[in-house]
Amino acid sequence: MDPASAKRWSWLNDERARGLICQILLLGCIGALACGAIYNAVINMRARGIPTGFGFWNDVAGFDINLHLISYSNLSTYGQAFWVGLLNTLLIAVISIPLATLLGFAIGVARLSPNWLLSRFALVYTSIMRNTPLLLLLLFWYNSVLKALPGPRQSISVGDVVFLNNRGLYLPMPVARESAPWFLGAVLLAAALAIAFRLWAQWRQDRTGTQAPTVLVAAALILGLPALVTAALGAPFVFDIARLSGFNLRGGLQVIPEMAALVFGLVTFTAAFIAEIVRAGVLAVPIGQSEAAGALGLHRGLSMKLVVIPQAMRLITPPLTSQYLNIVKNSSLAVFIGYPDLVQIFAGTVLNQTQAAVQVMAITMAVYLVISLAVAMALNLFNARYTLKGR
Amino acid sequence: MLSSGALAWARANLFSSIGSTFVTVGCVALAAYLLPQLVAWATTRANWSGTDGAVCRQHQDGACWAFVIAKWDYLRFGSYPLAERWRVDAVEAIGALLIVWLLWTNAPRRTWGALLFFVAYPILALVLLRGSSLLGLPIVDTLLWGGIFVSLLTAVVGIVFSLPLGVLLALGRRSSLPVVRAASVAFIEFVRGVPFITILFMANNLLPLFVPEAWAPDRLLRPLAGIIIFSAAYMAEEVRGGLQSLTRGQYEAAVALGLNYPRMMALVILPQALTLVIPGIVNNFIGLFMDTTLISVVGVTDFLEAMNNAIKDPVWAGPTIMVTGYVFAGIFYFVFCYGMARYSAHVERILAKGRK
Repeated sequence: MDPASAKRWSWLNDERARGLICQILLLGCIGALACGAIYNAVINMRARGIPTGFGFWNDVAGFDINLHLISYSNLSTYGQAFWVGLLNTLLIAVISIPLATLLGFAIGVARLSPNWLLSRFALVYTSIMRNTPLLLLLLFWYNSVLKALPGPRQSISVGDVVFLNNRGLYLPMPVARESAPWFLGAVLLAAALAIAFRLWAQWRQDRTGTQAPTVLVAAALILGLPALVTAALGAPFVFDIARLSGFNLRGGLQVIPEMAALVFGLVTFTAAFIAEIVRAGVLAVPIGQSEAAGALGLHRGLSMKLVVIPQAMRLITPPLTSQYLNIVKNSSLAVFIGYPDLVQIFAGTVLNQTQAAVQVMAITMAVYLVISLAVAMALNLFNARYTLKGR
Repeated sequence: MLSSGALAWARANLFSSIGSTFVTVGCVALAAYLLPQLVAWATTRANWSGTDGAVCRQHQDGACWAFVIAKWDYLRFGSYPLAERWRVDAVEAIGALLIVWLLWTNAPRRTWGALLFFVAYPILALVLLRGSSLLGLPIVDTLLWGGIFVSLLTAVVGIVFSLPLGVLLALGRRSSLPVVRAASVAFIEFVRGVPFITILFMANNLLPLFVPEAWAPDRLLRPLAGIIIFSAAYMAEEVRGGLQSLTRGQYEAAVALGLNYPRMMALVILPQALTLVIPGIVNNFIGLFMDTTLISVVGVTDFLEAMNNAIKDPVWAGPTIMVTGYVFAGIFYFVFCYGMARYSAHVERILAKGRK
């Protein structure tokens, strides 16, 4: 072999040179794809008369939304419709996450129960929920349960206070009176005092070993102070209860059936996954930990509270967080039952009316990405703080 | 002796304390109240025959299986032409055969099975389902496809393509080359950060814009691309978990043997990493199968959408008919997903035995 050809081949055998070529090729491919996509998009959008800017944001939307947390009418702009949709998505998350957590932990604990029958019941529940599509659950609850309820005149009522019919769930709506600010102030003050007492009790216990009845004191504060204010100034709220007028119920707090079905479906579905996470987390704590707690004289409840749960939480938190993100993402199934969430309003109606598919999809996806990445960052902080530090 | 054993078991597991006894009694009462009603609803009180919904509207205290029976062909094939439905049957039968070959852990020549399933089968299925003028099979437009076979097709396409793509992405994420790593991380995190529906909307609305008009993808191909992209990102994270759980020694030993990167991965690392994460991969498959229900949002008639259409048929209108339809759909999805979950648990046990 002549020296020239040996030299020519040597750089191909160099790992770094090959890596560099690989990366340049990949960059080139991605760049070419991106350029081609943009080029085609511009041509196609011009040919079809699709707007290429964000000018539509301030145009009049012209459609109604039956649930809006901020003021909105059909004269509002697409931009306002976006905010209405985003708030409705967050509303679902804010309501569903605590409920799913409660139900999930309850079922997870039932699954771990020493009672064989209860644990089987929980197993049947999680098996059914984890192996049925969420969309099917939503359609079932919406179409064959909520829509099949009787009309407003034959509402199912609980003590003539809560009403359920095919137009939704009517709850009593608290209406503030003039003493309401004082009442809220009393609640906040009581909470602050309870926290301060808890800190003081902990400090004293660390120094002297004397325990204080924290729970009793906190309960007395949180119940007592607002009760005092109520006794002094009168009830802070009156409840507006729905009444039948004509063919419909008026007043009260109406939960539209779409929202009820979405929350119910998301909560029952996600709870099954949370239950499995809780169970796995508790089972992953070595048996020696609870045995050691028992040897120290802690009874079962205290050993759970002080030894097992804190260690299990470290394992439970990351997958639990991703379930919370799943709730946010799965709330986009709203589009199938007509709940006005971000996807239904913005990626649905607004996209169809403006035809600005690229811009609308980019904004919609960016919203979910920002939520996901923010939560992921918070989770990383949590992990950095609470991961077991090895030596 | 046996009865005392059973009694002792019941005492320890059902009546260990007063609270536990109450719970047991409550559970038994609930089951005794609900189960007979459910069983009677589904069997003895159910309506099994009829050509329209009249019988089911009369007897509303039982399921309306007559509806499912009458709509069965539509639920399976959608609007696929009657004369060509044998092609769907053939594709399903071959697919079932290959899947059994792959899943049966002691089957002979599983590599051949894998090769057939991942390479030959998709081509054969495409030719048979779509038709080919060369073979004299009339072309069936995807507009007419629908029902169970579209659901299964979507799931199989998702599985066949997302697994290799996911492996590539996982390797990319673990790569030492910064550009490869950044591209993989960006893709995975982007897809995992947004809802599947937005990916479907993107595939449906944006994909046709991003290619020259003449290449605009078929309306069934778009959601398929969406499901592959979506599933691959989740698959990549599973595979990455497997890659991370291997000790450094495996990589170092492979390098010491003089293997280059592709051979190291193919012969040493991936076989071990993939085996470790089989349960996770199967869980992803279950999720993917349930997610196929969402493709109806871009106008594809999958099984659930076919059921929705069947329910809306005025001839078969009625409250119990709708409930029966959804219950039947639930049983269908449950059987597939629960079957996959049990299989995954079975493989896990075999693997755990090997590792002891």
